[in-house]
Amino acid sequence: MTRRTANCPNCGATIEFRWSSAVQTTCAYCRSILVRHDVALERVGVVSDLPATASPIQIGTEGRWEGSGFEVVGRIVYEHDRGTWNEWHLVLGDGRSGWLSDAQLEYAVTFLVPDPPELPSEDAVRRGQPLRFHGARYEVTAVTAARYRGVEGELPFEYWDKHTVRFADLRTGGTAFATVDYSEAPPLFFAGEAVGYEALSLENVRAFEGW
Amino acid sequence: MVAAPPLPVRALSCPHCGAAIEQRGFDHTRNVVCASCLSVLDATDPGLRVLRTFAQGLRVQPLIPLGTRGRVGGAPYEVIGFQQRSIAVDDERYAWREYLLFNPYRGFLYLTEYDGHWNLVRTVRGLPERRQERGRLTARWGGESYRLFQTSEASTDFVLGEFPWEVRLNDRVEVRDFIAPPRLLSAESTEDETTWSLGDYVTGAWVWEAFGLPGQPPSATGVFANQPSPYAAARAGLWRLFAVFVLALLAMAAVRFAPTPALVLRESRQLAPGAAEPYVTESFAVEGRRAALEVEIRSDVSNSWMFVSFALVNEATGRAVDFAREVSYYEGVEGGERWHEGSRDDRVRVPSVPAGRYYMRVAPELAPDAARPVSYVLTLRRDVPSGGFFFAAFLLLLVPPVWVTTRASAFESTRWMESDFAGPTGSAPRADDEEEDDS
Repeated sequence: MTRRTANCPNCGATIEFRWSSAVQTTCAYCRSILVRHDVALERVGVVSDLPATASPIQIGTEGRWEGSGFEVVGRIVYEHDRGTWNEWHLVLGDGRSGWLSDAQLEYAVTFLVPDPPELPSEDAVRRGQPLRFHGARYEVTAVTAARYRGVEGELPFEYWDKHTVRFADLRTGGTAFATVDYSEAPPLFFAGEAVGYEALSLENVRAFEGW
Repeated sequence: MVAAPPLPVRALSCPHCGAAIEQRGFDHTRNVVCASCLSVLDATDPGLRVLRTFAQGLRVQPLIPLGTRGRVGGAPYEVIGFQQRSIAVDDERYAWREYLLFNPYRGFLYLTEYDGHWNLVRTVRGLPERRQERGRLTARWGGESYRLFQTSEASTDFVLGEFPWEVRLNDRVEVRDFIAPPRLLSAESTEDETTWSLGDYVTGAWVWEAFGLPGQPPSATGVFANQPSPYAAARAGLWRLFAVFVLALLAMAAVRFAPTPALVLRESRQLAPGAAEPYVTESFAVEGRRAALEVEIRSDVSNSWMFVSFALVNEATGRAVDFAREVSYYEGVEGGERWHEGSRDDRVRVPSVPAGRYYMRVAPELAPDAARPVSYVLTLRRDVPSGGFFFAAFLLLLVPPVWVTTRASAFESTRWMESDFAGPTGSAPRADDEEEDDS
């Protein structure tokens, strides 16, 4: 497989892109955060030490979702009062970009919705609020103030100098799941499904001692 | 990309008592409770900072030792945490035990145990819809309706091992249990969040087998909220069997009713108004086994009545069966509409007539004010089929399904006795409510 490559402007190491549309990546050697401008890479920061999360998923993990294969190419790590969670950036076989969140081994696959329904504002969002989307009744089940803890690998946007981000999780009477990300204005709306580990057919996952 | 080495299990020692602690939940573990001194330790701290010591007033021995691995749904799970929780009902505390099961890929499951009743519990990946059905709060999940069973305030009394959350002893959590046996849907609410979980009733034998435990599980006592009724399945089966037998009976009856009953006697007579003319029929033979004899009167009585006394006399024994019948028929036109009342015909069955020669004494009497004489035909038929056998068979067939249905209702009563809806008004579900559980 031929993949696009570039050199790290900081240490000169070869950066291999798993996803041709990546806007941001990190250098595996000098841990620089690199943002792509046309062909050139700009160093915008350094990856901080990511908290240990014991997620079985890692960059390079492959799986299947709704009949399409995917590869994990990047991640964002958040922390809140009850622990940390990962938003793993997926690239699907058809080039689409999606997210696999892993919070204490509870998984959800979501995709950015380009034309979101009317969302409650960051100040007004409360647990219990209803929201209709694609004919389904969603309810805000959690509002979380998260601390941005770091990034790794390839992302579809620039994302490296965040501090706290508010999230609202929405659930339905089924497994349909959505998240409002208030890190941008207007907020981003991701919709998808809460899933079990078995449903993702993951390969190249992390090994655990004794398992 | 270089494959990452396996994530190691952390081997530590308790900073309070020095006992060895093996952290099995990797970085998911937030609190760990020392098995030796029961201190609550902060597992997110590299040195296991002591959060609380001597906080636990009791010690509960888990039935499944921490570190035991078992198989659930084809995947291995390890017991990494254990806690006892309780609720207070009428000043009495009811305690149950929870085992936290962990698989580093699939996540967390719970096994709960109360009085030998077990539930395998997993987190619900959605938000069950709450609504009122037949005046009772229900929750819908996965196309199934769960009925509210109990609302209680649970507190944690004892903790041991590892937890992916911060342990809070004596905290209070509102728990609402909804049931659709063999499943139990629970909502645990704190001020910040509501967590829904779904339990599947499992037997102690299942747990012992899944975790390879020695000896026998403690036997279950009483009826648990979501324990499947041992009678519910049998009840449905027996009613189906009953329906099959009734159809067979009906088929038999159809065959038996088909032949025309044998004609024993037919006589035509006339009777004048006011006349009372007793007479005796000719002698006739009744054959075959003991059976009913049907006596039929067909008359042309109009706006009058006819009264007939009968005696069926056995020629050999002289024994008589006495009975009397009346036919009356009135008709007319009122307000341009025809009306009539009564019947010109009558039919009666004399049951259990043994074979032999008989005659009948007949004493007819026509109303004195009758406008004209009455013609009537008296017909006797033998072996008129009796529904009695079929009725008796029907009743006998009813016994097993009715018995099981009664037991099933008693089981449901016992179940609901432990709920918030117990009482003399009997909020236990009617039997037909439960039918959907059979499928």
